[in-house]
Amino acid sequence: MTAAERDAGTGNEALNGAEVLLRVLDEEGVEVIFGYPGGAVLPIYDALFKQDRIRHILVRHEQAAVHAAEAYARSTGKVGVVLVTSGPGATNAVTGLVDALMDSIPLVCLAGQVPTKLIGNDAFQEADTTGITRPATKHNYLVREPGTLAQTVREAFEVARSGRPGPVLVDLPKDITVGKAPLTKPALSRLQRLRHQGGPDASAIARTLEAMKTAKRPLFYTGGGIINSGPEASDLLRRLARKTGFPVTSTLMGLGAFPSPDPQFLGMLGMHGSVEANMATHGCDLLIALGSRFDDRVTGRVDAFSPNSFKVHADIDPSQIDKIVPVDVRIEGDVRDTLEALLEGWGETPARDLSTWWNQIASWRSVDGFGFTQDMTPSAIIRPQHAVRRLYELAKETGRDTFVSTEVGQHQMWAAQHFQFDKPNRWLTSGGLGTMGYGLPAAVGAQVAHPDALVIDIAGEASTLMNIQELGTIAQYRLPVKIFILNNHYMGMVRQWQELLHGSRYSQSYSEALPDFVKLAEAFHATGMRATHVGELDDVIRRMLAHDGPVVADICVAEGENCYPMIPSGAAHNQMLLGPDQDSEAAGLTEEGKMLV
Amino acid sequence: MTETIQNSVISVLIEDESGALARVVGLFSGRGYNIESLTVALVDAEQKLSRITVLTSGTPMVIQQIKAQLKRLIPVHDVCDLTEEGPYVGRELALVKVVSSGERRTEALRIADSFRARPVDTTATSFVFELTGSPEKIDAFIELMRSLGLAEVSRTGIAAIGRGPSVFHLNKEPV
Repeated sequence: MTAAERDAGTGNEALNGAEVLLRVLDEEGVEVIFGYPGGAVLPIYDALFKQDRIRHILVRHEQAAVHAAEAYARSTGKVGVVLVTSGPGATNAVTGLVDALMDSIPLVCLAGQVPTKLIGNDAFQEADTTGITRPATKHNYLVREPGTLAQTVREAFEVARSGRPGPVLVDLPKDITVGKAPLTKPALSRLQRLRHQGGPDASAIARTLEAMKTAKRPLFYTGGGIINSGPEASDLLRRLARKTGFPVTSTLMGLGAFPSPDPQFLGMLGMHGSVEANMATHGCDLLIALGSRFDDRVTGRVDAFSPNSFKVHADIDPSQIDKIVPVDVRIEGDVRDTLEALLEGWGETPARDLSTWWNQIASWRSVDGFGFTQDMTPSAIIRPQHAVRRLYELAKETGRDTFVSTEVGQHQMWAAQHFQFDKPNRWLTSGGLGTMGYGLPAAVGAQVAHPDALVIDIAGEASTLMNIQELGTIAQYRLPVKIFILNNHYMGMVRQWQELLHGSRYSQSYSEALPDFVKLAEAFHATGMRATHVGELDDVIRRMLAHDGPVVADICVAEGENCYPMIPSGAAHNQMLLGPDQDSEAAGLTEEGKMLV
Repeated sequence: MTETIQNSVISVLIEDESGALARVVGLFSGRGYNIESLTVALVDAEQKLSRITVLTSGTPMVIQQIKAQLKRLIPVHDVCDLTEEGPYVGRELALVKVVSSGERRTEALRIADSFRARPVDTTATSFVFELTGSPEKIDAFIELMRSLGLAEVSRTGIAAIGRGPSVFHLNKEPV
């Protein structure tokens, strides 16, 4: 070792950039990377080969690497890490990055880049990765100097996990990872200025408490922010709900923060939410939004959203407050701190008598908007809701810690409606971006993070084909994930909208030429199973859950089933469409009923 | 909710790093916000800070969103809505080329004088006038030059700063 090499850093042996990168990842507590090699990242793969502290999971497509890392992050609370090569490696990752951006998932994506001198020359596998991913990430970096490498990577982790979490991309030209680089000591973060100082605003908390103590029809509307804030926030939410006696509804992303089987839980709200959640949102006089962002799938028609309520919005990202729905009280900060302040402020105040409100809720609940009737004749066709409900019940019987991922569409909504969660971080779904093909790689990420847990991808046959190549990853790492396909031969949600809004013209939504999923499973060294009638369903689910390896279960379900309730685009919450199993009048959805709430 | 469209002059202090301007411009285009004009230059070499002045328009809710979204950008140190914060001075520089002769040329020079526009380049058949002022003043000057041989215009967009001794950047005392 030359003196110059020794001097390159802080007295450490001379390392190349790739080795410095891995040292910093190790410092940051990284245990697993999801990635795919290529020319521009060969030095990093070489450094990975020479160490055994960080595990690399080889995916079959870069998009899947990002989804796997998202599920890893969401199910553990850690930052997910992705490694992709330049050009197509990085562009393939873009969908996953936007998915993570929309759902506030902390990720660091390390991308290879052509050598600094070639940037801008249309070199082989060159893409303007920082340009392409600028709006796809919370922040991104191009490392141009070896001296800034270590600190840039540290900062990337800080940005990913701080405030409202999100994906960060670090573009690494090959000369930076090949050449010597100093392992600089962690410097004082230049991001101090970004940190939220102190707790939530005391006067905002006071105004909220005052409203809580006088409201007749209060409601907590909770979101993914509670999950991101950590299990402690979920715990505080449960305590606050107990103390106040207020009902709780949750967004898709927030499921699990509050136990779904709890009587105080009204279920998910929004486009495919429960009757009681949507009617309560419409009729409440105090709406407390906690870590949720008034997404259009939640609000429906904005000017008719919760029209008569005093609104409080607590969010860590100030730009989310007053973005869509103007509110009366804004509380900026970590929702955990807000919950703590509200709990402390509420003190030993006895729970209010909200029996009138709860009676009203009970009458909405009696409509049983998620209800359905399954013909139990063994040869009867399986209704998808029944399949999900049996999956939940039989999975629960195993007593195992269970993680559920989904693809996107009807099956995702049925999973949200019928699978119950009592813990946070167990529900992995693509909410904001609605990315078909999320669930299978997400199951990979969750199983890698929790090798002994039961991991189930509740899938649709169309979505799951979008990243079906990950069966290869599942086989390679012997991941015992269960892929539970609700196969209705349609892109079901597209079909549903075509039926309801486009005169039943099923344009391109039929899943023509589907593979035989049982044989497909076998081709990928997994076990395939199929249930074609309700009489076979429980047995298939039981065998799937009992099997210690990966399973693809092809559950043939009713083709024409629609997902209800449904708030059509541009409609208000009290204008839900109910399914054929419900009595619309009983839901209070008559004109008269609308006047009352 | 009021739907009135208002103009706002927003100042942004941003780290002078590669891609920083693209983040700001991309934010405006990606979220469908207007940019009427935008100026940018390094203002603090020591801290490597540039100042961007954006003239934008939108409903009050949109203007609030623009500021909140700008604050989310990692390199942004501070955002100030000069229109909201109180009186400010907004100035724009324009270079206006007028090609004409005879009486029109004389008239152009006379009007330029009354606008305190300075000829910075003169040939037998042309002038380039340098003019600073509010956008309205520059609009008026250009309008008057139209019939006097107006040939080309280059404008900077406005740079703006609050009136009085207060400064908007939090980390700095008034100097």
